[in-house]
Amino acid sequence: MPQGATPLMHGQVLPPRLALTGIVKRYGAMLANDAVTLSVAPGEIHALLGENGAGKSTLMKIVYGVVAPDAGTIAWEGRPVAIPDPNAARALGIGMVFQHFSLFETLTVAENIALGLGTRQPLAALTAEIRRVAAQYGLAVEPGRHVHHLSVGERQRVEILRCLLQRPRLLILDEPTSVLTPQEAEGLFAMLRRLAEEGCSILYISHKLEEIRALCTAATVLRAGQVVARCDPRIETAESLAEMMIGGGLARTSRPPARWTGPPCLVVDGLTLAADEPFGTTLREVALELRAGEILGIAGVAGNGQKELLAALAGERRAPGARILLQGRPIGVLGPAERRDRGLHFIPEERLGRGAVAEYSLAENALLTRLNPTTAPRGLLDLRAVNALAARLITRFGVRCAGPAAQGRSLSGGNMQKFIVGREIDAGPRVLLAAHPTWGVDIGAALAIRQALLDLAAAGAGVLVVSEDLDELLEIADRIAVLSGGRLSPPVPVSQTSVEAIGLLMGGAEGVAHAVAA
Amino acid sequence: MLDGFALLALLVATLRAATPLLLAGFGELVAERAGVLNLGVEGMMLVGAATGFIATAATGNPLLGLLAAALAGAAMALLFGLLTLTLRANQVACGLALTIFGIGLSALIGLPWQGTPITGLATVLWPGLDAASPLVQQFMLLDPVLWLALAAPLLVSAFLYRSRPGLVLRAVGESHDVAHALGYSVLRVRYAAVLFGGAMSGLGGAYLSLVYTPMWTENMVAGRGWIALALVVFSAWKPGWLALGALLFGFVTIAQFHAGALGLDISPHLLTMLPYLATVLVLVLISRDATRLKLNAPAALGKPFTATG
Repeated sequence: MPQGATPLMHGQVLPPRLALTGIVKRYGAMLANDAVTLSVAPGEIHALLGENGAGKSTLMKIVYGVVAPDAGTIAWEGRPVAIPDPNAARALGIGMVFQHFSLFETLTVAENIALGLGTRQPLAALTAEIRRVAAQYGLAVEPGRHVHHLSVGERQRVEILRCLLQRPRLLILDEPTSVLTPQEAEGLFAMLRRLAEEGCSILYISHKLEEIRALCTAATVLRAGQVVARCDPRIETAESLAEMMIGGGLARTSRPPARWTGPPCLVVDGLTLAADEPFGTTLREVALELRAGEILGIAGVAGNGQKELLAALAGERRAPGARILLQGRPIGVLGPAERRDRGLHFIPEERLGRGAVAEYSLAENALLTRLNPTTAPRGLLDLRAVNALAARLITRFGVRCAGPAAQGRSLSGGNMQKFIVGREIDAGPRVLLAAHPTWGVDIGAALAIRQALLDLAAAGAGVLVVSEDLDELLEIADRIAVLSGGRLSPPVPVSQTSVEAIGLLMGGAEGVAHAVAA
Repeated sequence: MLDGFALLALLVATLRAATPLLLAGFGELVAERAGVLNLGVEGMMLVGAATGFIATAATGNPLLGLLAAALAGAAMALLFGLLTLTLRANQVACGLALTIFGIGLSALIGLPWQGTPITGLATVLWPGLDAASPLVQQFMLLDPVLWLALAAPLLVSAFLYRSRPGLVLRAVGESHDVAHALGYSVLRVRYAAVLFGGAMSGLGGAYLSLVYTPMWTENMVAGRGWIALALVVFSAWKPGWLALGALLFGFVTIAQFHAGALGLDISPHLLTMLPYLATVLVLVLISRDATRLKLNAPAALGKPFTATG
């Protein structure tokens, strides 16, 4: 029986929904896909595993008709097909939820879905249809809202909805749970299982191995463009899957015993801040105390005030009524640069655009937050010192790139993030704010970034990490607080809480603050 | 004091002064919503004004003149489209060049026709105009082009926000890469939008030379193309505010004449400046809200599109 084929009761065999054979894609000297063979059975939830740069994205772009393969064949339900463009893919019944969302920012949810569907259905009817499918699969999204006000998690729901409305027979999801609460992820899994039972095949790309073990029934592992393993993830362990992916043993972060007994280095009290955009979140009476030497994790689903809290702490927005003390001194009226001069550094969520400039070289990017008498004595740039700074960051934090002159956009997401995190840590901050420090970053780089944050805290700095990845917070944080609807729960030590309790708070459950400490 | 008739006359005059701006402004609004910044509005209006005047003088039919003006404006826009869309040249530089080209071209082709009398549009439409009462005359000054200009805000709004092609057009102006990935033809949409913008600018110019003045003099558009451009930006690409800005400009243009009549002792130069100043000032004040600007500005405005992937 060919791999991926499904036996029927009376001995007949259904052809695989999708079968790729010998797919080759070359970009210049780099072989992105090297004779990749992959088969997905009807109703199967198939995991595609691999580090960033292993060729997963290229392979999915080939399936979705965005990129043409140099060699190899694609068979759809047993028949060889050509997929010259995304329209052809959609016509076959292939839907894709992109990791970098393909949504129009200034259009509404309904308009975005209408554009993706290509039907001439009136918007009012479509809106009703969106509400119906959204309710059926538990994807809460308001069709009339503009996408640019939506959180990352909500945008993903829009993408998924857009696919579901096309009644796909193969749904491709790229890292879909990075932005969901554990409960929401469970909801997504239930939805995917139901879709699979209805006969839809699912290609699931993720680096969360536990999740793949819980959800997927088959897996193909890619490394450096080649298929290195096929397995049933249900009978593998997370460790064995990770080893297949990276081709060797997996290091772990080493974590010192919990330490939240140092002197407070950042104290916030009575932080109330109105939303500065429609559908933004208003912060209500946020209070927190970050102690030197600890990592304080702020959990919560995107869109619950994270953006506003970080803007207020970093100094992008001022909150006149609030008390914000950095090492005992009020900083509430200071701007970001002045706060940075006093030792408060910030790693923003968006790597390119806020953390770094895509068109700048790494040396110029290093300068963005490191303009000081060393790099610019007497107001003139000392290019040698700037290059030396960039070179030091590259070596110290293991950034894989062509050197200080490499353009920001030429780096992979993980390497750019290592560079940005390194730039702030290297400055020797007293307090570091990190927003989603490992979002969209491969395992190796994520590990390095988490370890760097742990080392910084061990050296006596206070680190505040805002993340939607609960596993990450549980791994590195000493205490966790939850931001929900603009209110911050009191922080509890990680050792005294559970995923379920935090998840409940993230979902905005009322009156369960005590449950966190259960 | 102004009596009822004077008020009506003021209203009619305001609408007539606003018509060229409404036409050119809504043409440019559509082009910019598709992501194309065409700074050649002034040039397209001038070529439209000259062509429309020549065609009317040659044929004696102002309706043919209007048609010729729209076609001439669209031809100018086609040139702009070839340079910026097909050849992907810089839109700002090409737009400025188009205006300079339009100033020169219109002066050249219009030179032999300076001072030529033509049949006004109103005379053709209503032969008995001169014999009618002053009140009826006021209503007859409201010609079909003016009605078209007044309908433009409604028609363009309905197109942009209620129709599927309008949605696709906004999507192309928002992110041409995503639109392309979804299977829409970015260049086709942009060419259509740019040609529409050119035709509307041509009509706006012709309204000046055929109806408003009516005569041809060199450089007679006198910066209205630039004001139309400024209105589009300051109105934050919103049809309602654009219409308001154009009407405000028309009103102040007319009001400055009355200021003289009321015996106010203000320098005429200052008065001539007033419509431009007042319009820009008011629109800047009402569109200060950064969030609204962010929401409405076409994100791909002025960026050349290359199909990749």
